[in-house]
Amino acid sequence: MARSVTTARKTANTIVAGALGLLMFFPVLWIIILSFKTEGDAIKAPLEILFNTGWTTESYGTVQARSNYFKHFSNSLIISLGSTFLGILIAVPAAWAMAFVPAKRTKDVLMWMLSTKMLPPVGVLVPIYLIFRDLGLLDTRTGLVFVLMMINLPIIVWMLYTYFREIPGEILEAARMDGASLREEVIYVLLPMAIPGMASTVLLNIILAWNEAFWTLNLTAAKAAPLTAFIASYSSPEGLFYAKLSAASVMAIAPILIMGWFSQKQLVRGLTFGAVK
Amino acid sequence: MNVKSLVKLGKGIAGASGLVSVIATAAFAEEITIATVNNSDMIIMQELSSQWEEQTGNSVEWVVLEENVLRQRATTDIATDGGSFDIVTIGAYEAPIWGAQDWLVALDDFDDSYDYEDIFEPVRNGLSANGTLYAVPFYAESSFTFYRTDLFEGAGIEVPSEQMTYDDFAAIAAQLHDPDNGVYGTCQRGKAGWGENMAFVGPLVNAFGGRWFDMDWNPTIDSAEWSAAISYYVDLMNNYGPPGATANGHNENRALFADGKCATWVDATSAAGYIFNPDESSVHDKTGFFQAPKQVTDKGTGWFWAWALAIPKSSQKVDAAKEFLAWSTSKGYVELVGESKGWVAAPPGTRQSTYDNASYIDAAPFAATVLNSILAANPADATRDPVPYTGVQFVAIPEFQGIGNYVGQQVSAALAGQQTVEQTLANSQRFAVREMTKAGYIK
Repeated sequence: MARSVTTARKTANTIVAGALGLLMFFPVLWIIILSFKTEGDAIKAPLEILFNTGWTTESYGTVQARSNYFKHFSNSLIISLGSTFLGILIAVPAAWAMAFVPAKRTKDVLMWMLSTKMLPPVGVLVPIYLIFRDLGLLDTRTGLVFVLMMINLPIIVWMLYTYFREIPGEILEAARMDGASLREEVIYVLLPMAIPGMASTVLLNIILAWNEAFWTLNLTAAKAAPLTAFIASYSSPEGLFYAKLSAASVMAIAPILIMGWFSQKQLVRGLTFGAVK
Repeated sequence: MNVKSLVKLGKGIAGASGLVSVIATAAFAEEITIATVNNSDMIIMQELSSQWEEQTGNSVEWVVLEENVLRQRATTDIATDGGSFDIVTIGAYEAPIWGAQDWLVALDDFDDSYDYEDIFEPVRNGLSANGTLYAVPFYAESSFTFYRTDLFEGAGIEVPSEQMTYDDFAAIAAQLHDPDNGVYGTCQRGKAGWGENMAFVGPLVNAFGGRWFDMDWNPTIDSAEWSAAISYYVDLMNNYGPPGATANGHNENRALFADGKCATWVDATSAAGYIFNPDESSVHDKTGFFQAPKQVTDKGTGWFWAWALAIPKSSQKVDAAKEFLAWSTSKGYVELVGESKGWVAAPPGTRQSTYDNASYIDAAPFAATVLNSILAANPADATRDPVPYTGVQFVAIPEFQGIGNYVGQQVSAALAGQQTVEQTLANSQRFAVREMTKAGYIK
């Protein structure tokens, strides 16, 4: 029998959930507000900023005039899509093997893959920098696609492995009985069933690659610099750049925020895939 | 051959030679990459660099980064011989250290028109290692005291004609402190960092007779002089400073002063251009300035800093990079900025010719005081007692960055009331001893 929930309780839950949501969204909201203020207004007391200052789009104009937003945007787009695509290409066979034909050490391999995420990136900065220098990959989008794919690969494999494990092996066996080759089995049977999980994996990895700041700042200079470098260029301990920094941040996060907004159903469905079975 | 054919042939030759010249220019034109910080002088340089591009056919790619990110990024690239940057923006702290480590290209071979002698000697010395210039300055600064002329007049305070002591300064701050009317007696840096609160605290310690290290490189942070200086700083800020001062760095204090919230402020002379700009500051017509105060000594009481441009040894385009530096730090460039952006925006503190220019002196009422402060700052003799290092607000050794940041955090914690001054100094001394031992300075 379903438990009855009182209106008061519902209201309380709504208020608490709303407050938590606002608390989490507040930093982004504040950045958006500051981006529409002048530099002078942006450093005033919070209440003064909200109620006692005007609104302007001048910071957006200045940022666009001073920096090439579209160059950074296209770099971000290529790097995040490229690294995710390459990651999926490698992770699907790996996750299939681990989920359907596990070996004695599969669990250990999975844990080892995850453990690479625990290594502080700065620990391998110099070796990777030297390799990139020797291969001519410094300040190239190809180099970044490769390195971001590498750092996100454990997450992609783990997520796909979890989704694949939810799919009954008997269905794949039935396909094999019907004469499907391994390639056909994966493409025509496995992947269509794992689409929600695949979608959330792709979305999450695009977001991770889009927001990645350590490698994108350290391995780029002028040509391959994505939006993280675009934001960093407005941070300064000398001179007032709060409004411009906020405007640059809004311009950098807007595409991914919009994408997240439209795909939130897929994302939530994918992330909770299996939990409600 | 008829006339028409001749004309056609002529046009063809002209076209071909034009094409050859375009191809030749393109073949010899170079693209240099400059890593720089985001401040108003560099923004102007970015805007004006198109003129250099037109003159030379070369092009410039700018990589703008926050100062600490830039330091880390440039260090990685230079140390690994990455060659990502042809020019990097560095400060007076890095130039001698990186120069001595043979990371930078020597810049003492520009032609006579560059006029090295026109660059102020302390600036040249501050950017040299072992007598060789490794970076050329685009602006230099010292520190001095900004004060509100209207508040001084209202309270009947006489502007000092000579350098005042920090005790006198505290008395003035007490007299002008009026938080009920939104005016604080003094605003000083409280945000932790060797380039933030320690930029004020360093010269303050010098004024109180303190030093970072003795002649054997033993840290002396637990000395009576440091104790007196830090106690003074904490009391001054807690009694007459704005609330939440531990969050205030240069930017925040500059905004507070420009908004009329501070009666006094000891900070970078380069902020004068902003404070005196009517578009940016509400106190542009009621601000005066005098030397940073002294206490037991007047040595090292005003800091010295310069932002400069250098060429990493890893650059593959040294000639083009040198050509750009010879243009962007020349007398002609200062004139170009003055004429196109207004003389108050001209890069200050680097060249005598700037201060000989009547247009600059007219536009910048602070020019003479800035110049005196810069010329008085002597990184080679900034403490009462002898020391084995150079630098006014910093110590020009690689280990200082870590030590300065740690001590800055400790001082900030003392200001926030999280620990006593004694604990602050004891922790700082312990850390400095450990770092200096690890680095091999002390056994």
